[in-house]
Amino acid sequence: MTLLALSGIARPVHPTGIWGWITTIDHKRIGVLYGVTAFLMFITGGIEALIIRIQLGGPESNIVSPEVYNQLFTMHATTMIFLGVMPMSAAFFNYLIPLQIGARDVAFPRLNAFSYWTFLSGAIVLKLSWFLGGAPNAGWFGYAPLTGSAYNPGHGVDFWIIGLQILGVASLAAAFNFLTTIINMRAPGMSLMRMPLFTWMTFVTNFLLIFAFPVITVALIELFMDRYFAMNFFVTSAGASPVLWQHLFWIFGHPEVYILILPAMGIVSEILPTFSKKPLFGYPFIVLSGVVIGFMGWMVWSHHMFTVGLGPVANSVFALTTMLIAVPTGVKIFNWLGTMWGGTLEFKTPMLFAVGFVFLFIIGGLSGVMHAIPASDAQQQDTYFIVAHIHYVLFGGAIVAIFGGIYYWFPKVTGKFLDEKIGKLNFWLMFIGMNITFFPMHFLGMDGMPRRVYTYDADMGWNLWNGVSTAGSLLLAFSFLIFIHNVVRSLRKGEVAGNDPWDARTLEWSISSPPPEYNFKEIPHVTGIDQFWIDKKENGKVVSENSVEVDEHSIHLPQPSYWPFICSMGLLIAGYGAVYISSTVGIIVTAAGFMVTMFAVYAWSFEPVNDPENSY
Amino acid sequence: MDNTSVMENQAEDSHKTTTGLNSRKLLMWLFLGSDCMFFGSLIATYLVHQGKSLVGPYPVDVFDIPTTSVSTFVLLMSSMSMVLAYSALNRGNLKGFRIWIISTAIMGATFLAFQVFEFRTFVHHDHLTPQVNLFGTTFFTLTGIHGVHVTLGVIWLLSLFFHSFRGGVTPEKSLDVDLAALYWHFVDMVWIIIFTVVYLFGVFRGF
Repeated sequence: MTLLALSGIARPVHPTGIWGWITTIDHKRIGVLYGVTAFLMFITGGIEALIIRIQLGGPESNIVSPEVYNQLFTMHATTMIFLGVMPMSAAFFNYLIPLQIGARDVAFPRLNAFSYWTFLSGAIVLKLSWFLGGAPNAGWFGYAPLTGSAYNPGHGVDFWIIGLQILGVASLAAAFNFLTTIINMRAPGMSLMRMPLFTWMTFVTNFLLIFAFPVITVALIELFMDRYFAMNFFVTSAGASPVLWQHLFWIFGHPEVYILILPAMGIVSEILPTFSKKPLFGYPFIVLSGVVIGFMGWMVWSHHMFTVGLGPVANSVFALTTMLIAVPTGVKIFNWLGTMWGGTLEFKTPMLFAVGFVFLFIIGGLSGVMHAIPASDAQQQDTYFIVAHIHYVLFGGAIVAIFGGIYYWFPKVTGKFLDEKIGKLNFWLMFIGMNITFFPMHFLGMDGMPRRVYTYDADMGWNLWNGVSTAGSLLLAFSFLIFIHNVVRSLRKGEVAGNDPWDARTLEWSISSPPPEYNFKEIPHVTGIDQFWIDKKENGKVVSENSVEVDEHSIHLPQPSYWPFICSMGLLIAGYGAVYISSTVGIIVTAAGFMVTMFAVYAWSFEPVNDPENSY
Repeated sequence: MDNTSVMENQAEDSHKTTTGLNSRKLLMWLFLGSDCMFFGSLIATYLVHQGKSLVGPYPVDVFDIPTTSVSTFVLLMSSMSMVLAYSALNRGNLKGFRIWIISTAIMGATFLAFQVFEFRTFVHHDHLTPQVNLFGTTFFTLTGIHGVHVTLGVIWLLSLFFHSFRGGVTPEKSLDVDLAALYWHFVDMVWIIIFTVVYLFGVFRGF
């Protein structure tokens, strides 16, 4: 308590307005913060992509310089992966996991707030690079020694290193939190094999996170040491292995791919049964294939390195494991089809997105199997064929599923429907725009157009499909404007949704929309998969929650706190300073930032979860 | 050893969780699992570059196994005093807890002093710097980051020591000490691996 008194900051009590958001530790509000921030970042990444497409729309155009172009494609990918898709998934984890497992919050609510603010800090550091001397320009996988100071003297790569480190802290803190929550906070009766599919995929994803992120952390530390302290980790003239970075990066990078896609698969596995009016077909198989993907995701990283020259044995082994990992993915797809088969299909907007996901992900999966063959990959490596593949799995896969998820859970979060007509328009524009943008890239790649070139000659034969692709990207951009319009419109005058607008199956639909701060008046008792469905159809409980008479004041929730926010702001300051660590000012700023963080850590650990008289 | 009070504490802490495990302890184990990958990657980098230095000094030129054995022994003993501190606290022996926890911190600090001494000797006497060759780069980064872990551990132990004078450490809250102990033992264990792989293999395999 002395430390709190020392700091002169009293515990926030029922803060409102902006302070309410800054000090909040409510998983639902943090989920909304994650979602909104990630969407804004997604827009910036989209603008970067649009500039790229406009530059490539015709041959020999000069809209951006080659230097800026390199920064654009690096920032586009880094933004979409680390600031777009991952935090959008985190928004769903935050909002839904406690609701789906019947808990009142996550296991560590303040740590959860810390994760969000740290994510924001990392995003700010990364994006600051645009305004402070140029963004990183070595591609999202930042191959050393290209990122070494000899070839990349500017500060762009430094912002990239520090930004990713801070984002790593945020992701790790969140992952520890969600794993503990899922393991330890389930409602009575909710055994592992009764967990909703989205919870299951979150579980697997966060295991991947806690084991994959330390590897990239180490790679980035080593790169940092090389750049600032003239060390030799990636200096081949000192005898260093030229492929060390690639191995470290892809040992992280391939599990990362599943970190991006498994939550999307979880979302789709929730939407399909609801709109098919059938339980998920082959629940244990979908769960198990998710787990198998989680394990096998660690055995395939070298398929990103088939052309490096690791030798026929390594290439064969990784080709086999890569083809094998298509099996559990295929199992999932057949189970989704089985879920729809014979169901009473209702093509509401979320369902359209979910079916669109299955369709587009199959295309991306098929081209994926094509580059699992090393001989074939040698032709595709570093061409637009690869660009087409990753956009089919990450846009057609992750983003389409995430937007399906937004349409699906928006009524739960806000209490209002997103407009159905605009939603359908949104889906078709996105679906068609996405195919017009990315399908021609298969042809461009087959015609030998390399990725990451800022322009091309008029007689290469690439003009037509580049023009088509650019036109498609404008349509795609338009679909996001429609989405924003739909959100704004629905927040103002959307149709009011009840607790259970889709006649859905899992526990989050049993409580009011938006849910009360404490989520469940009474912790539910779980007797099977899809507990809410069982309650509705077998136990005849239409709405289990509102009828329960529980004194709301008897529910103790963890209280808001300033410390997670201050702790993260310390990291932001330290991160900013660390970019300039070779100067005295940089050292001072870094040290000051860490002191703020340390101080906040102490204040945090001495602050009880609840008010003092109610201490844990 | 009186285990009943420990059991009661844990029952007190964990009666609400699904698995019966305390959530903070679970979080600590997950963190340590993650940290395994962290040190695993650092050690892998060291091994990949082992014997690849183009110029000296090499491990055989600089390592002084007897001296490092002493500091390794001190760190190992600190794990034992950590156990004694935890056990004293659980028996309600606050004085014993203070003695053992400060001993642990002092032994950790001693280890760090050895490391500083070793680094200085390497740089000034043997001319092994982080910049001179791959061995220097990988060695200083790996052992330096381990040293940072030990430093954070010492700060944590000292915090518990001082906190105990304000009544913040009690048998009912022995989990606070248990978590620090888990971390401390983990950092020790990592050192055993580093000592074996870097020092012993380095000298006896002649790389």
